[in-house]
Amino acid sequence: MTKPFLYVENLKKAFPGPRGQEPLTVFENVNFGIDKGEFVCVIGHSGCGKSTILNVMAGLDESSDGYVFMDGKEVQGTSLDRGVVFQNHSLLPWKSALANVTFAVKSKWPGWSKEKIRDHAMKYIELVGLKGSEDKRPSQLSGGMKQRVGIARAFAIEPKMLLMDEPFGALDALTRGSIQDELLKICTETKQTVFMITHDVDEAILLSDRILLMTNGPHAQVAESVTVPIARPRKRETLVRQDGYYETRNHLVDFLVRRSKELQGEYVQDDGDKEPEVTTPVRAAAGGN
Amino acid sequence: MLTTENLKAALLSVALLIVLLGAWEWSIEGTVLPIGDQELSEYEQLVGGSSGGSRIPAPSAVISHAITELSDPFYVAGSNDMGIGIQLAHSVGRVFAGYSLALLVAIPLGFLIGMSPIMYKALNPYIQILRPISPLAWMPLALFLIRDSGASSIFVIFICSIWPVLLNTAFGVAGVSRDLRNVARTLELSSLKTAFAVILPAAAPTILTGMRIAIGISWLVIVAAEMLVGGSGIGYYIWNEWNNLDITSVIFSILMIGIVGMFLDSILAAATRMVQYDT
Ligand SMILES: Nc1ncnc2c1ncn2[C@@H]1O[C@H](COP(=O)(O)OP(=O)(O)O)[C@@H](O)[C@H]1O
Ligand SMILES: [Mg+2]
Repeated sequence: MTKPFLYVENLKKAFPGPRGQEPLTVFENVNFGIDKGEFVCVIGHSGCGKSTILNVMAGLDESSDGYVFMDGKEVQGTSLDRGVVFQNHSLLPWKSALANVTFAVKSKWPGWSKEKIRDHAMKYIELVGLKGSEDKRPSQLSGGMKQRVGIARAFAIEPKMLLMDEPFGALDALTRGSIQDELLKICTETKQTVFMITHDVDEAILLSDRILLMTNGPHAQVAESVTVPIARPRKRETLVRQDGYYETRNHLVDFLVRRSKELQGEYVQDDGDKEPEVTTPVRAAAGGN
Repeated sequence: MLTTENLKAALLSVALLIVLLGAWEWSIEGTVLPIGDQELSEYEQLVGGSSGGSRIPAPSAVISHAITELSDPFYVAGSNDMGIGIQLAHSVGRVFAGYSLALLVAIPLGFLIGMSPIMYKALNPYIQILRPISPLAWMPLALFLIRDSGASSIFVIFICSIWPVLLNTAFGVAGVSRDLRNVARTLELSSLKTAFAVILPAAAPTILTGMRIAIGISWLVIVAAEMLVGGSGIGYYIWNEWNNLDITSVIFSILMIGIVGMFLDSILAAATRMVQYDT
């Protein structure tokens, strides 16, 4: 069996307990894979360790146990092969939007000429719809525009894997919607492999090929891998009318409100197979009714 | 709106100046001589007695003195008779030397302390003990070790500049957000590149604030230091004029110290604005 492009094996994170108490295991036995070109979202209640998993994948944090492999190599430390979009944009506030992107491009391709770096960065500024605002500093940009620059910066280094930690969590619903559209468009164009954390069920359905569901922490696990059965291209406006939308949505919401709690702390993968249970909501719903 | 506000403020400033100078001038003209055979105090004998003219020069006298002095500020007529410009240049030169040395030490050291909690904990006791020491308390030791009054003044400036810059640098560097550091890490920047391209610009406004405090303290301290060790400089000059009982020169020097101090501060204020950014 060939391994997926990126896979996570038996990942566990424990923090030392406060003053001699038991160490706190945030999550354990986390196993999943992501294929090249796949868009995978992870959903789970806050505190279950989503950000920690993403940071371990990025090389910004270390796991207590287990491994992350990408492209046949174990992830150790950060790499320009893995781009990160942070929740709060994390732009350098003294640089213009364009300079923030060129800064990243320059560190990926230090040998490139100034013009080439600029053109390359400009391409991604245009891709996120910020042409005309490239000389503005982050403080002159709205929250949504800042996050667009963050996305442009991450895409511009053309990473093999893009990691996004609730990139739209701090944005209002309208802005969020239009950035989701843009992200959808860019991902279709670039066939970018993406791992994204979200707490928005509709966002996950719109963007993902697959959605990982995490049980509540502590001792959180990835309980299920839901294949989104909705055909692409998808559009935000028509999503609710597409086949499979309601089944998927109900399945996810049911998991979040009920099963994520029930499954907490249970060893959900004790059937010998390490991978989380794979479900496709349409079939499940059809079978149930 | 703003311009009318500025205009009003400027008019008020000028009016205040005229009133103050007028009151000063008038009070001196109106000085009543002390009555007859009253005995002079020791102080009055020292400053030339209470009789015959006022003790404080009139503003008009100070202004005319200032015009003469400033028309030829760099004259040299012997080691004890040099223009105010030369004296100020000596002082500014010492401040510049001691201050620059302090920056060279304090910024890298502050970086280290800001980056490393261990270094912070290790060095903090020393900083806490050394910081409250009056810079002038170092003067005897400096004179003993360096055996040169000018260099000792520079050393004292160095000592008094180092703390605000050191602490602000450490504070600014430690305060750079984890997110910005993570950006540097995900872009695989080298430590040096991270320090110069991310940490330094992020901490620059805080560092500059420390530098601005330091230049202010330096200018305060240099006057006292030069009074103490003599030789040259504005502190020496003002003390010298006091010994000559030339109060007009003393008042003129006080004004010049204020003007130069303001100038030094405005340079640092402009530099702070240059590195300032909005988040
Ligand atoms: N340095 C730390 N020390 C102790 N506990 C931590 C630390 N960092 C995170 N945690 C805990 O780990 C859990 C998971 O955090 P996080 O990965 O941010 O969750 P999520 O992103 O899913 O909301 C949280 O419950 C948090 O309390
Ligand atoms: Mg999180």
